[in-house]
Amino acid sequence: MTYEGVPGLVETREAFGERTLVVDPARIVEACEHLRDDGFILLLDISPTDYLGWGELGVAGYFGTDSGRDLNEPAAQGFARTPDPKPKRFSVSYHLIRLAEGAERVRVQVWLDEDESVASVVPVWPTADWHEREAYDMFGIVFDGHPNLTRILMDADWEGHPLRKDYPLGGEPVRFSEEE
Amino acid sequence: MATTERRPEIYMGSRIPQPIPTVLRVDPELDDVLTVNFGPNHPSTHGVLRLIVDLHGEHVVGIEAVIGYLHTGFEKTMEHKTWWKCVTYPARVDYVSFQYNELVFVLAVEKLLQLETPRKAVWMRMALGELARIHSHLVYLGTAALEIGAISMFWYCFRERDLVLDLFEMVTGVRMHTRYFQVGGLAEDIPRGFYDEARAFCERMPKAVDEYETILNQNKIWLERTKGVGLLNAEDAIALGQTGPNLRASGVDWDLRKREPYLAYDQVEFDVPVYYGGDVYDRYKVRVDEMRESTKIIAQCVDRLEGMQGEPWIADERKVVLPPREELHTSMESLIHHFKIVTEGYRVPEGEVYVGVESPRGESGCYLVSDGGPKPWRVKFRAPSFAALHATAACMTDAAIADLIAIVGSLDAVMGDVDR
Repeated sequence: MTYEGVPGLVETREAFGERTLVVDPARIVEACEHLRDDGFILLLDISPTDYLGWGELGVAGYFGTDSGRDLNEPAAQGFARTPDPKPKRFSVSYHLIRLAEGAERVRVQVWLDEDESVASVVPVWPTADWHEREAYDMFGIVFDGHPNLTRILMDADWEGHPLRKDYPLGGEPVRFSEEE
Repeated sequence: MATTERRPEIYMGSRIPQPIPTVLRVDPELDDVLTVNFGPNHPSTHGVLRLIVDLHGEHVVGIEAVIGYLHTGFEKTMEHKTWWKCVTYPARVDYVSFQYNELVFVLAVEKLLQLETPRKAVWMRMALGELARIHSHLVYLGTAALEIGAISMFWYCFRERDLVLDLFEMVTGVRMHTRYFQVGGLAEDIPRGFYDEARAFCERMPKAVDEYETILNQNKIWLERTKGVGLLNAEDAIALGQTGPNLRASGVDWDLRKREPYLAYDQVEFDVPVYYGGDVYDRYKVRVDEMRESTKIIAQCVDRLEGMQGEPWIADERKVVLPPREELHTSMESLIHHFKIVTEGYRVPEGEVYVGVESPRGESGCYLVSDGGPKPWRVKFRAPSFAALHATAACMTDAAIADLIAIVGSLDAVMGDVDR
């Protein structure tokens, strides 16, 4: 099976026996419609990832406070090799499966910077509704044309997007007595 | 609802009908609508689910699910733990099919490491995974029946559930959240006596399932509360991302254990129950039949495992797997490996993988990104319950408030899995 015909296809990658189709974010809906009509009728998951600080020492497993105090053990940060650079800050991966013998899977991926948005695929797969809301809630990724892009897991008045790498694990900054 | 097609086959259509309600909105011309808050702490919401229900008389005319009450930030927490410490978390995500979530995470890490597991571990994982499936379906059946009034089912189901947990305790030392699957294999060897106990369980379980069916299959109240209620057809189920029993109850013959066999599912004999009604009753039938099939798989696993006495249960890969405890007293090398793995953690090669398995609730997936360091860069669980709960609105055609309880119960969403 070739994927030459997928609209907006930028790159096809194969790793760990999995196929990733990197698609131009402007043409994601076309690409998804093409794949759906091609037989990938089930959208399993939409998984965004934040690559802020990818490959920089001290950022993997960032652990600190709002002011950026790093509580990490420096020893735990050594890499065997520097990871390959990523094109943009966020990736959004759509995991699709073909409901046929062999259960062929494909990952459609788009890359976005902080101020960029991507079109919603809710018209292609209704199940994308909640997945996109979760991606918005956790990463602040905006899906244009989504019918109801509101927070889903966090409270409606929550500030920040918890799964971003610059969002601290500790949450509340600690005030020390000498600062008062 | 097309129920004429009786032959199990894979749905092959490519056009998904539009629109499918993911939120049920009230018809603005309807007056006398009462908005009721249902949950988040209600005995029949399976945990902390909040539904805002619009009622016209007794009929549900609008519904919106509010989730997130159990959001624990597992995915964020796991980014801050070394890979081997992370294994503790997935079991707590979906706390009813704990063993299966552990499995999907461990399989994903092994895929990144390209690590082979010994066959004893593979078969034991299958046996425990199927035990977890029985456990999960028992909890479903007990609570779903309890919610619509069949309290005796709860006692019957939890009687057998206790036997399953006894088996888990025997093997792993704990009854739930076992952390028995390690990257590379199992945490410990299979204890003596497990095979006999498991055999006794396999003999008892089909009889117990017969008992459940005796209680419910002829029960007029049960039939009236479940048959033709909460309809979901195959096209809508696929468009709404349903997998597992919910999809199979809508007539789609789709089971990853058959279609994309992982572990050694291609070497065991079992059937995949498929029903065509797409209602609450068929979802019940699929799960009851699956308990029987799981029992068959466990019996076959035990037979195979008995022939593997004395074989290793974990891969011999010292960079990843903790050395045997007794070696620490005699071997400097082992001590160093132990120390490095426990303090710093092992490194997992850079890359991204997605692994999906057929958990009791459908496709449970794990998407991992590693930067080559000792901690995951990103962990994402594909939660089947999340998709299942999303389908609630689509099942609400002509439903009364009492049916709502039956429908939410039949979709079998575990809130820990929904909210993560």
